[in-house]
Amino acid sequence: MPKLLGTIIRNLFSKPATVNYPFEASPLVEGTRGSISFNMDRCDQCQDCERVCPSAAIKVYPDDKKIEWDQFKCIYCHLCVETCMHKAITALDHVQSPDYKKSVTVFES
Amino acid sequence: MSKQTKGNKLTVFPYGPQHPVLPEPIQLKFVVDEEKIVDVLPNIGYVHRGIERAIELNDYRRNIYICERICGICNFMHGMAYTETIEKLTDTVVPVRASYLRTIWAELARLQSHMLWLGLFAESIGFESLFMQIWKIREIVLDLNERTGGHRIHLSTNRIGGVGKDMDANLISTYFKQLDKLQKNYDPIANLFHKDAAFKEKTQNIGILPKKIANHLGAVGPVIRGSGIPQDMRTTGYEAYGELDFKPITYDSEDVYARALVRVDETYQSMEIMRQALKQMPDGPILNKNEKFPEGTAIVRVEQPRGECFYYGIGNGTIHLERCKIRTPTMPNIPPLLHMLVGYEVADINPIVHSIDPCISCTERITYVNKEDA
Repeated sequence: MPKLLGTIIRNLFSKPATVNYPFEASPLVEGTRGSISFNMDRCDQCQDCERVCPSAAIKVYPDDKKIEWDQFKCIYCHLCVETCMHKAITALDHVQSPDYKKSVTVFES
Repeated sequence: MSKQTKGNKLTVFPYGPQHPVLPEPIQLKFVVDEEKIVDVLPNIGYVHRGIERAIELNDYRRNIYICERICGICNFMHGMAYTETIEKLTDTVVPVRASYLRTIWAELARLQSHMLWLGLFAESIGFESLFMQIWKIREIVLDLNERTGGHRIHLSTNRIGGVGKDMDANLISTYFKQLDKLQKNYDPIANLFHKDAAFKEKTQNIGILPKKIANHLGAVGPVIRGSGIPQDMRTTGYEAYGELDFKPITYDSEDVYARALVRVDETYQSMEIMRQALKQMPDGPILNKNEKFPEGTAIVRVEQPRGECFYYGIGNGTIHLERCKIRTPTMPNIPPLLHMLVGYEVADINPIVHSIDPCISCTERITYVNKEDA
């Protein structure tokens, strides 16, 4: 019983273990594989990223110098970041926020 | 539905595919005589996804990511088993550091899977506060996963010929600190599993699977170890396990309680293996690329949290595999489950079904067609 009382008092005055998510941002952990961003000034439209992408989330249009990235197909494996010769793909530490509509992000030079 | 046999009225009732206790869809049809279970008929096939076919159609390099999605919890070990299969087919030698890193991540996956199971099991017997406490501690493991691999669950760090991410000295020291913190928080809970009278009451002497029958029906993982047979694929020495010191954990009471205790002790074993591996890990490269295409046949067996996982691959020198057969641990554990259930009461169904840690989505590799019905 004394042991139980200690636990009760501790629980009464301690903070909750959970995060009040939609109102508070969940803490970022170092080294997370998050969203990606294309730097079109460095890109030479070699299509390596499109070729390695396991979920076919990247589409490169070499003639228009345009890249379409589908955040809903992307599995955030960062294989494209590793593959890119010119380091044109930047890895961000935060994930894309949820959306009402499915859409693709277009990067143009 | 009911039928009359030998004067007793037998009732048949379905359990699943949707049931509050079951995390995944499997249907068990119970034939009961009042409260006593007389017979069980399993019915699987609700989430067949055709992954083996998808593996044949895809480029063999991209398949790692498909294999990782066979099972959410054992994702790293599926990726590891698949890359090992391809490495055997292409005669690739994995660098020592990479195999150590794989071992560490595999043990981290085992740790989080066992903690998840212990929580769900506690909930299935009505011990909800324990469920929440364990899942709270499990966050430490998931944070370690995220810090070292990149994601909380899907690590995706396996590459053919090694791993894609390295650990620096700073990360290794964090690892040791977090493991100590985890153990400190986990000790009182593990103690509870060993000592709590209510927990023992609900799990002891139910779902008995005798040693002989466990062996005969081909049970794997904690189920067979709970029946006293020290069968563990890690002792075959794949990756870095050959250089680490550990022994399979067994319990002899053959009941649900034994299976729970095997898992409790295995969490400590995983922490110990990780500490050993982190200390022994040599410096060196982490990826060894090979230009060869998969050719021939290869068999790989790895120990997943739920038991032995079997991979069989046939390569024909092209970018596609000819065949990739995968047997996940829940499949061989279903026949022992049916044996465990017969003779016990309806109220014992939840802990007994949970004791094999059913993961149905990974199991659904085959479709069963009854010739008489079809």
